[in-house]
Amino acid sequence: MAFSRARRNLIAELGAHAILLTFTVIALFPVLLVLINSLKTKKAIFRAPLAPPDAETFDLIGYATVLAQGNFPFYFWNSLFVTLGSLFLVLLLGAMAAFALSEYRFPFNRFVALYMALGIMVPIRLGTVGILNLMVATGLVNTHWALILVYTAQGLPLSIFILSEFMAVVSKDLKAAGRIDGLSEYAIFFRLVLPLVRPAMATVAVFTMIPIWNDLWFPLILAPAEETKTLTLGAQVFVGQFVSNWNAILAAMALAIIPVLILYLIFSRQLIRGITAGAVK
Amino acid sequence: MGGKPQKKPFPWHIPVFLAPAVLIYTLVMILPLAETLRLSFFQRDAVSQATSYVGFANYARLFFDPFWGGPFFNALGNNLYFFVIHMLVQNPIGILIAALLSMTHLPGKKFYRTAIFLPTLLSFVVVGFVWKLMLSPLWGVSKDMMSSVGLGHLFMPFLGKEETALTTLSLISVWQFVGIPMMLIYAALLSIPDEVIEAAECDGVTGLSQFFKIKLPLILPTVGIISILTFVGNFNAFDLIYTTQGPLAGPNFSTDLLGTILYRTFYGQQTQPGDPNMGAAIATVMFFIILAGVAVYLFVIQRKLTRYEM
Repeated sequence: MAFSRARRNLIAELGAHAILLTFTVIALFPVLLVLINSLKTKKAIFRAPLAPPDAETFDLIGYATVLAQGNFPFYFWNSLFVTLGSLFLVLLLGAMAAFALSEYRFPFNRFVALYMALGIMVPIRLGTVGILNLMVATGLVNTHWALILVYTAQGLPLSIFILSEFMAVVSKDLKAAGRIDGLSEYAIFFRLVLPLVRPAMATVAVFTMIPIWNDLWFPLILAPAEETKTLTLGAQVFVGQFVSNWNAILAAMALAIIPVLILYLIFSRQLIRGITAGAVK
Repeated sequence: MGGKPQKKPFPWHIPVFLAPAVLIYTLVMILPLAETLRLSFFQRDAVSQATSYVGFANYARLFFDPFWGGPFFNALGNNLYFFVIHMLVQNPIGILIAALLSMTHLPGKKFYRTAIFLPTLLSFVVVGFVWKLMLSPLWGVSKDMMSSVGLGHLFMPFLGKEETALTTLSLISVWQFVGIPMMLIYAALLSIPDEVIEAAECDGVTGLSQFFKIKLPLILPTVGIISILTFVGNFNAFDLIYTTQGPLAGPNFSTDLLGTILYRTFYGQQTQPGDPNMGAAIATVMFFIILAGVAVYLFVIQRKLTRYEM
């Protein structure tokens, strides 16, 4: 009996590996295909798409075209500035509001919390007509600030929701001790509470950052100018212009993938832990 | 305060903590949403260029004028189909992968998890274009691969045919986002207490029947959350269609979703100038569709689901 059970487990395990491996290949194949072919001559791209580059087929012409034609480093900087700026505001302002809502009793506390939670489910895109009017009226069209403000408003609801859950369980004794020591409410927030909810902040950061970095809609509508183009929009425009230059397109794709890939390899443990937070046994 | 009972000073720190977030959210999200709703009741006169109140005329045109209604209901139907494919393919696959990953003593699970989640992080521009290249008959990667397993005769330009384009795009989107249900379900499975599983094993409930009888009922609330997240995300989708098929959502509008029709209406296209008021009407309809979905979730699905204390 014991033997057959062990064997059944082994078969189940092999089956699991087979299925998981299949999905892994499906997930990684397109990414690898782009990376491999971005390093090959045009002839080799078409003749043997699945072969890795060798001495004969290795060619960096695509990368040279991209770096000569596109403003990719500049677009990259725009994306970085907008993403980090929004992230900073979402985390700081979100944590402050979450602290106010979870720490103090005041009239309309629950109403404000519900009002802010509304934005978790309602996509901000649906307000685009009004947002564009607002940005035109304030002269913010084609500035980084237009994007930063929109992404901050978009990220705040979820940030406040998650952070207030975590702040509600920060020890009351700690805060009481701080108050007895004469710390101001601001010091209690910045020096005692904020360091304790850092893991939750990491979770919020991940959920906030990915959609901002990858967004195409608002850069297209609010900041399509050359000076404010983000990497996502820049790549979209570039691909449209170089539609028949396969070397250039593959290199552009690879350049868009590589930073994400590097960051993911470094931070994947924190990221996955962030998503599965609360399920730690 | 020296112990003297005196009038408490106004707690200025509360508004200081709260105001910046509430202000930005109100000014940049809530007011523009309200403004969009308001604009949907106005229309600009073609001759005088003066904007005036027209009541529900924009909505009437959207629903009953064939020039607007045809494309709108086409996009709505496509969007429903897009959502159904996600529910039927993405979420069951996500649950399957999560269930396999939660098997105890499975070596290499971190690698699988990391790899399968990777596409979620890529931008739509990359995802859309990579798949467009792979499915292109010019390159022939997918044709060669299908031939190698004897399915070469089934190959066609999937993104270029009206019958297959929307299904193909839905599956590309599934490919990109299957990591999200996988992660959330995996987390939910991990949070099932060991005692529950051990008790089941003592009663001889193992393997598949353990999954369907014990684990699945316990993670149903998470499945509900994933469904509503999928719904909101799908009815708001735009980027993937725009990058692969362009703003006209070709071929022949067969991949048009509410997001792409909103973009074209609002921004204009070759044949017609942009119409912000009609755009506002479409956005408002989308708003109520999403609201209806959320309401169904909150008041019907979530109430019916039994939550087990764990």
